[in-house]
Amino acid sequence: MSLWNRHKIFEKNSIILIAGILAVIAVGGVVEITPLFYLKSTIEAVDGVRPYTPLELAGRNIYVREGCYLCHSQMIRPLRDEVERYGHYSLAAESMYDHPFQWGSKRTGPDLARVGAKYSDEWHVTHLINPRAIVPQSVMPGYPTLANTELDLTDTAAHLRTNRAVGVPYTEDQIKNAVTDLKTQLDPDSADLASFQKRYPKAAARNFDGMVGNPTELDALIAYLQMLGTLIDFKLYDEKANLR
Amino acid sequence: MTDHNDFDRISGRSTTGHEWDGIKELNTPLPRWWISTFYATILWAIGYWVVYPAWPLLSSFTTGVFHYSSRASVVNDLADLEKLRGEKMAVLGTSSLTEIETDPALLALARARGKTVFADNCAPCHGSGGAGAKGYPNLNDDDWLWGGSLDQIQQTIRFGARSGHAQAHEGQMLAFGRDGILKKDEIATVANYVRSLSALSTEANFDAAAGTRIFADNCAVCHGENAKGNQELGAPNLTDHIWLYGSDEETLIETISYGRAGIMPAWSGRLDPITIKTLAVYVHSLGGGQ
Repeated sequence: MSLWNRHKIFEKNSIILIAGILAVIAVGGVVEITPLFYLKSTIEAVDGVRPYTPLELAGRNIYVREGCYLCHSQMIRPLRDEVERYGHYSLAAESMYDHPFQWGSKRTGPDLARVGAKYSDEWHVTHLINPRAIVPQSVMPGYPTLANTELDLTDTAAHLRTNRAVGVPYTEDQIKNAVTDLKTQLDPDSADLASFQKRYPKAAARNFDGMVGNPTELDALIAYLQMLGTLIDFKLYDEKANLR
Repeated sequence: MTDHNDFDRISGRSTTGHEWDGIKELNTPLPRWWISTFYATILWAIGYWVVYPAWPLLSSFTTGVFHYSSRASVVNDLADLEKLRGEKMAVLGTSSLTEIETDPALLALARARGKTVFADNCAPCHGSGGAGAKGYPNLNDDDWLWGGSLDQIQQTIRFGARSGHAQAHEGQMLAFGRDGILKKDEIATVANYVRSLSALSTEANFDAAAGTRIFADNCAVCHGENAKGNQELGAPNLTDHIWLYGSDEETLIETISYGRAGIMPAWSGRLDPITIKTLAVYVHSLGGGQ
């Protein structure tokens, strides 16, 4: 009975009760969450995953701003039907440079984790401006303003720097050349293409929205969508070594 | 606090000792079913720790006596699926496209698989029934940019058109206006000429002779002298009343001025060869197959 009598202090003082609850939950958190930061098996060792190019990062910011994650997930779960439909299940390594991740929890639209290179740029242009122009039964809203809105280039380097602050390994070189790299990715004839692709291996460079003039938000968003899920070559992926 | 063992005579239970204006609170114990369920969940959790992956350790985690892994189980599920499909699908793999199409059982199987894959991968551009959209060909009609035979369709699905794949179809509709090859009035004239090929109405002052000459000099090299197109280059037939981007004068002028280069992605990396075969058979069977 003496133990229960000691418990009375929690029952009779709400502040102490709250402090006690917080302490118990904190212990649970430490035990369950902290190991994910040091366990090597959390993130698979795979080749090919690189930080986003400045243009892709800008596109990602638009993806977040427009709330795409509210209807689209980016997480192919290890379930037969999902692998059948969308391709190889998502790896933790594929979202290791996402701050915050875009896994989502709602699929009003399809999963986008492997949408990259599935459709043409032109399809994305038409579809983002007015989805029903091409998929009559679609319930997705149109985003025509993206095509008319020039990309804000004043904070391009700042976005890279902020991502570096939370752990993305952007180099000084990449930050210094952020705006140049962004423009280079839209111009495959640029003289800077080689140095750009050295900084961001296998990044595709082309005029994503097909329009002449300054980079638009549509350019950035399509560049982002077209790289999703394309970085890892699953022919080289060691399935056995990464079973969890 | 007063004595815990204060007894309430009416209900036959003890009270908590709390009292408000002579009303005392009964110390009713939790129902037995509730409390035993509660203890059962605690036992369940301990059992779970033992059999399933649960506890993080310093360099790994406990895998549990079942060694359950969601990734291993999906690999097994997919292997089971392959086995399930295996025998029948293997026949599709070893049969030629023509054999599949002439054997009713194989055809039904290929169409069933092709239809499912089409709905997920092809329908966003070509429409759920393959009816196409502006810039995305209708697959039900007899008009084929890159050829409508089984082999040609399979080739197009595998490598795409202007997809960047080394074996992709290549062919370019030039931007005659933007690149300064033709003047504005010449473009309008040849647009009217192209309309006249399909017996569509033309501008009143349209110079047919000039249209013929401009077409022969600039367009015939790909579209052919008779404007029947060339599947080697993906140059469409301009006389068959089927239009990919539209037949009105404004659209034609836009097409001639800025060119067109629709992209069909290559699917050979994304879909396995048997699946692509079934897709080719499905598309071929939609109505326009040659």
